[in-house]
Amino acid sequence: MSTRNILLFGCLIFVAGCSSAPGTWGWYVIDPRTTSGYNNIRFLLNGFGATILLSVIAAAMSMVIGMLVALPGMSSNRWIRLPSRIYIEFVRAIPLLPMLFWVFYGLPVVLKSMGINISIDAFWGAIITLAISDSAFTAEIYRSGIQSIAKGQTEAAKTVGLNYRQTMRYVILPQAIRRILPPLANQFIYIVKMSAFASVIGMQELTRRANELVVTEYRPLEIYTLLILEYLVLVLIISFFVRWLERKMGSDESR
Amino acid sequence: MSKTGNAIEISNLNKWYGDYQALKNIDLNVAHGERIVVCGPSGSGKSTLIRCVNSLEEHDSGRIVVDGIEMIDNASINAIRSEVGMVFQQFNLFPHLTILQNLTLGPMKARGMSKADAEARAMKYLESVRIPDQAHKKPSELSGGQQQRVAIARSLCMEPKIMLFDEPTSALDPEMISEVLDVIVDLAEEGMTMIVVTHEMGFARRAADRMIFMDHGEVIETGTPTEFFEVPKTERCKQFLSQILQH
Ligand SMILES: Nc1ncnc2c1ncn2[C@@H]1O[C@H](COP(=O)(O)OP(=O)(O)O)[C@@H](O)[C@H]1O
Ligand SMILES: [Mg+2]
Repeated sequence: MSTRNILLFGCLIFVAGCSSAPGTWGWYVIDPRTTSGYNNIRFLLNGFGATILLSVIAAAMSMVIGMLVALPGMSSNRWIRLPSRIYIEFVRAIPLLPMLFWVFYGLPVVLKSMGINISIDAFWGAIITLAISDSAFTAEIYRSGIQSIAKGQTEAAKTVGLNYRQTMRYVILPQAIRRILPPLANQFIYIVKMSAFASVIGMQELTRRANELVVTEYRPLEIYTLLILEYLVLVLIISFFVRWLERKMGSDESR
Repeated sequence: MSKTGNAIEISNLNKWYGDYQALKNIDLNVAHGERIVVCGPSGSGKSTLIRCVNSLEEHDSGRIVVDGIEMIDNASINAIRSEVGMVFQQFNLFPHLTILQNLTLGPMKARGMSKADAEARAMKYLESVRIPDQAHKKPSELSGGQQQRVAIARSLCMEPKIMLFDEPTSALDPEMISEVLDVIVDLAEEGMTMIVVTHEMGFARRAADRMIFMDHGEVIETGTPTEFFEVPKTERCKQFLSQILQH
């Protein structure tokens, strides 16, 4: 389905809701022309801030962790490669929600037993979980991006005297980044969607706010429809950016 | 580091890929300033042999001494690599950098040369391979022959004592082969020590001091180009030459 079709579909639901018999739809709950509707919609839209902040910080952490995992994962020494492999397989196997519970309720206890007294609030609990969960995928994106740069490039770098670090920095990474950035940006969509789980540990992001309003207003259809549209807008903006990035990187490479 | 009489000394060199033996007991000495052409059927181990000289391939047994440095550890490998330039069949230029940046990267990052000095040196060698006016283009904007000459200039910028060429003209359109070979002949005439893997027999006659014929990982025959082309000693070599010279 194209972007336009999706938007059209959304409008149809909205129009259907407005024109139907009273009692089935009740858009008044978020109708900005009424005071309570205006307050409600503001309450809901205010969740964007937390969702975006959560996703951006988690994505940034995931990019760093992913690189730390990917680099040893490409070693020619299997014993250096092994921990990276284990991390990726392990993290990929754990569902997000149990990991979130473990980080939020379990990790502080573990840290405390080690003498580290840090409380993890919902915000950081969600970020840590999202970052770790995503880092396994990020690491694989780095690995395939870097390994797709032909072996000849590394060899040429060796013959002009570059060491491993210089080869990575001046030869491999600048080329790999064109292949890494688009899938990495795509992966950001995964984080945005998974950030909804932060609602279950009390993080006041988009989903949590929708849930809270449903409890007080009892209008799940309208509120959850709006919630889906909120994510849709976010994700469509990101996909648009990814598409643009792919075009830009692709055309650069052929030059 | 004691200087011996030879630029390269290889003795009893063996190399396996899994249980396939790619090099069998190779003995080869290359004198300073000597120009060697290696030929032989595809898969005979020519690339493997020259790639062992700068340790792009690790050998399994035997001794390699380059310019008096015995290849034993990472430090000696680095020292050897700084004496040895290499040109690949596929050019292997850095596609994201300009021609000038391709040439200055090694001198600046590996040797700590200043940008101005590195660029002056790069222009000097671009001139010697006859493409001084393309310095600010990307590799993909150049023809194959020009790219290969840039690759030669990039190696020369490290001022190596020895140059290795692995089928430098095999990926080129026929009309570009001679422009690359001419540059290599220039180098040969300036006294560069070199090992050239090639099937260009005209080039071999012009530039080689010694021919080496390999088959199945072994050196089958060696001799001056005259001996080699006029009176090949082995049947395999005769066969190979008749095939090559037909084309
Ligand atoms: N990385 C490798 N792994 C396994 N076998 C290899 C590898 N590189 C080369 N070989 C094998 O070693 C033999 C010699 O290869 P090579 O030195 O490239 O031959 P040539 O350059 O004479 O064509 C060939 O049979 C080839 O298949
Ligand atoms: Mg070869």
